[in-house]
Amino acid sequence: MTALTQLDAGTLVARLTAGEVSAREVVDAHLARIAEIDGVVADGPVWAAAPADELGAEHTHAFLAVTAEAARAHADDIDIRRAAGEPLGPLAGVPLALKDVLTLRGVPTTCGSRILEGWVPPYDATVSQHLRRADVVVLGKTNMDEVAMGSSTENSAYGPSRNPWDLDRVPGGSSGGSATAVAGLLAPLAIGTDTGGSIRQPAALTGLVGAKPTYGTVSRYGLVAFASSLDQAGPFARTVEDAARLQAVIQAHDPRDSTSVPDPVPDLTAHLRDGVQGLRIGVVTELQGEGYEPGVAAAFAAALERFERLGATVVEVSLPHAPYGLPAYYLVAPSEASSNLARFDGVRYGLRVDAPTAEQMNAATRAAGFGPEVKRRIMIGTHALSSGYFDAYYLQASKVRTLIAEDFRAAFRSADVLVSPTSPAVAFGLGTKTADPLAMYLNDVATVPASLAGIPALSLPAGLAPAPDDSDTALPVGLQIMAPLLRDDLMFRVAWAFEQDLGFVPRPTGPRAVEVGR
Amino acid sequence: MTSTALLAEGWELVVGLEVHVELSTTTKMWCGCSTAFGDEPNTNVCPVCTGQPGALPVVNDRAIEDATLLGLALNGEIEPRCWFHRKNYFYPDLAKNYQISQYDVPLVHDGHLEVEVEQADGRLVTRRVGIERLHMEEDTGKSLHVGDTGRLHGADRSLIDYNRCGIPLLEIVSDPDIRDPETAQAYLRELQAIVRATGVSDARMEEGSIRCDANVSVRRLGAPLGTRCEIKNLNSVRSLGRAIAYEARRQVTVLTDGGEIRLETRHWDEGRGVTETLRVKESVTDYRYFPDPDLVAVVSAPERIEAIRARLPELPAAARARLVAAGLSATQAVTVVAGGSLEVLDAALAAGADASRAANWLTGDVTGHVASSGVALADCGLTGAHLAELDALLTEGTLSTKLAKQVLMALLDERGARGPRQLAQEEGLEQVSDEGELTRIVAQVVADNPGTVATVRGGNDKAIGALVGQVMKATRGQADPRKTNELLRAAILD
Repeated sequence: MTALTQLDAGTLVARLTAGEVSAREVVDAHLARIAEIDGVVADGPVWAAAPADELGAEHTHAFLAVTAEAARAHADDIDIRRAAGEPLGPLAGVPLALKDVLTLRGVPTTCGSRILEGWVPPYDATVSQHLRRADVVVLGKTNMDEVAMGSSTENSAYGPSRNPWDLDRVPGGSSGGSATAVAGLLAPLAIGTDTGGSIRQPAALTGLVGAKPTYGTVSRYGLVAFASSLDQAGPFARTVEDAARLQAVIQAHDPRDSTSVPDPVPDLTAHLRDGVQGLRIGVVTELQGEGYEPGVAAAFAAALERFERLGATVVEVSLPHAPYGLPAYYLVAPSEASSNLARFDGVRYGLRVDAPTAEQMNAATRAAGFGPEVKRRIMIGTHALSSGYFDAYYLQASKVRTLIAEDFRAAFRSADVLVSPTSPAVAFGLGTKTADPLAMYLNDVATVPASLAGIPALSLPAGLAPAPDDSDTALPVGLQIMAPLLRDDLMFRVAWAFEQDLGFVPRPTGPRAVEVGR
Repeated sequence: MTSTALLAEGWELVVGLEVHVELSTTTKMWCGCSTAFGDEPNTNVCPVCTGQPGALPVVNDRAIEDATLLGLALNGEIEPRCWFHRKNYFYPDLAKNYQISQYDVPLVHDGHLEVEVEQADGRLVTRRVGIERLHMEEDTGKSLHVGDTGRLHGADRSLIDYNRCGIPLLEIVSDPDIRDPETAQAYLRELQAIVRATGVSDARMEEGSIRCDANVSVRRLGAPLGTRCEIKNLNSVRSLGRAIAYEARRQVTVLTDGGEIRLETRHWDEGRGVTETLRVKESVTDYRYFPDPDLVAVVSAPERIEAIRARLPELPAAARARLVAAGLSATQAVTVVAGGSLEVLDAALAAGADASRAANWLTGDVTGHVASSGVALADCGLTGAHLAELDALLTEGTLSTKLAKQVLMALLDERGARGPRQLAQEEGLEQVSDEGELTRIVAQVVADNPGTVATVRGGNDKAIGALVGQVMKATRGQADPRKTNELLRAAILD
């Protein structure tokens, strides 16, 4: 008998609809598993819970807060409405883990930071409203790198999440908690946010499907901003179809977000099973080769062969300015962040460290509330926007961004979608890159170009590769698929064909993998 | 006059003004909160205007339209595509710690105003003041410092009201074209009149819905621009004039004594009539402007601009020209238009009143009443029809000029409860023109003043005035002066 936690969202919806299982049973099964392996925290705000260093190394620590009571009540409500024959949302009764960067009215939002201690958002993010309308049951808020800055979840003020494939490794970041939840079978679905790769890279490192939708198609209202021109919420799932269905639920024009795209978004599932016969798959010259682990490169090469076997044509395309993507990203994003994070000043909400004057209070609060990576990026961004440096840094980076977008437009004339490895590395050991920010930033080298251009991109499993530091451990490798603006449908279609042919089962196998049954 | 005195000493004053206008849209710039003035603190707030994490701004289209309308009224060019920037600085009443403003591309640029400036001899001279830009931004909250002086320094604690935070604000920056305090005052008054005429704001300095800072410098005639000081806390048109005059004199004194002017912000102390250093601008504050990534470009298509232009009302300059053509003096026209009594005057003219007399009442008695009673013109119950009726009573001889004034004041006192005719009748303010009664009084006055009568008979015609005065006294001012004169002459000379 397969445990309920092993089922993907599509299967759960089918069973729930057929009345074989209740929403309450599904939710209880997931809450039980969370209680068993996640090592979190009772109900209540994370800032009042045990210090991070007291968390056991045997725990996944995907969640910062579990809203068990609300989840059970919501599940019961769905069951009652189902019994009464009322119409239900498309994902009615499916549990979900929500990244702690999106607001849920009345539930503390921390962004993985001490700076927001005590803040209980007075309003719902638009994404949260869409989830509720779809009758998705939110289980809790997930761990993340502080204010979404990082690629390992080690920058969380509340301790790192651990990769279900091997608890001594990182799940990637910044949406590492959401990835851990889905890979660890704590939830079949999760919402993350992606600024430079924060959904795709953790999806790659945990063997999941993770998508960054076209910028502007998912509302940012209620998403605590890191870099406004790049942030985009998106789905984590164990199958391509689940990811597409979740993205469809949260994707809609929102008049409360000025950058929300008014154009209609193509149906993400209508042509999901159309295959890749005759499609041109573009391999990006600049997003491979040096810097990519041999295991990653081998899995990627095999993926290209698979596409050809499936009837697609693999073509080589160039994004000449892609090599400037990483430096441009690490100027634009911190610049915006330096301004976005200015509101965390101890005046209106969150942490306040008292001091004699307002200015001293601001400084003391921010000094105590922000971790080192956030401070580093605030300083980088402040410098890049300073008069005398603005032209050389921010403006130049903005120009690079325009050039990269033009590169993509040109590339999409000779290819329908573009592919690359999602991350140059498989999941790395906890603590191995924390001392070297640049090594950490290189995790984003393949994901930032799509972010800068605003185009949709996803990561899905391309197979396993040996860990470079332990050849006995096989870890997931991610394949990135990038599509033209608003062609998220095409991205999912290509991913689905690949997934079906590969037959990857996301079952952690590392030396300290979490037990997933079967 | 200060400027004349400075000129005589070979100095020239150079002034540019920065005026902030709070738009009277019903909702704020980026959210749906009310803009009502004077509500309980922190009641007109939401996640957006208190800068809650994750909240996003959405531009208020009405504010853009109003700003465009005002830009057109100021003869400005409307930018087809402009952006919002973030001006980054930390201050507790600035909820996001950045102000959304405009930077390199303002909504409006290259406008100008022509203002009438009264000279020492009473003549009006037209001066043109360029307007460099008009841009949109948001207002901040208000800090209230408790304890000590009520200013930040030394306060026990500070309270913040975010009701004002996010109210749409326009900044209008003039060119440094102003050469004397009077022109600065005329510019501010004209701007205020245009703002009111377009209806985009009530432009009340006392409520802060229009605020003005002055950049003041002096130079030797023909020399390059001197270092400027920015004067803040100018709470009235009068303060603006006084502060500029004071500051010009101060700067000339410093320079004449061999000193230097520092680039600084100065505070105008209304009570003491002086400017004082508020903060020295040792280096230019770095606001780290960059385009706000939460907002998209504001696009003003030509059709949209023309549709807004069609909404332009009659502007003060046109109104003044029309009034002068209708018979007002230039000075009267300036006062009526700037004083906000144009609407009443127009109604009076439409109802048949004489332009000059109606304007005289409005700029004289009515303005005086408004100033002394503190009741705004709009609230004092006076209509154009009242003025027309008053004028008719005067023309038909029921009221003398003096009685007309009495009726008008009584009408204002009771806020228009009764019209002039009813009021004159019921209060017994009509002229005594009943010949029988007047003849009796005249006969009595002639009998009582034989000396004066003899003087008049002796050929000194002017002496009759004293007798008219006696008749007036006896009738408590209600005798018709013309008739009294006739009857007196008849009684003395026949």
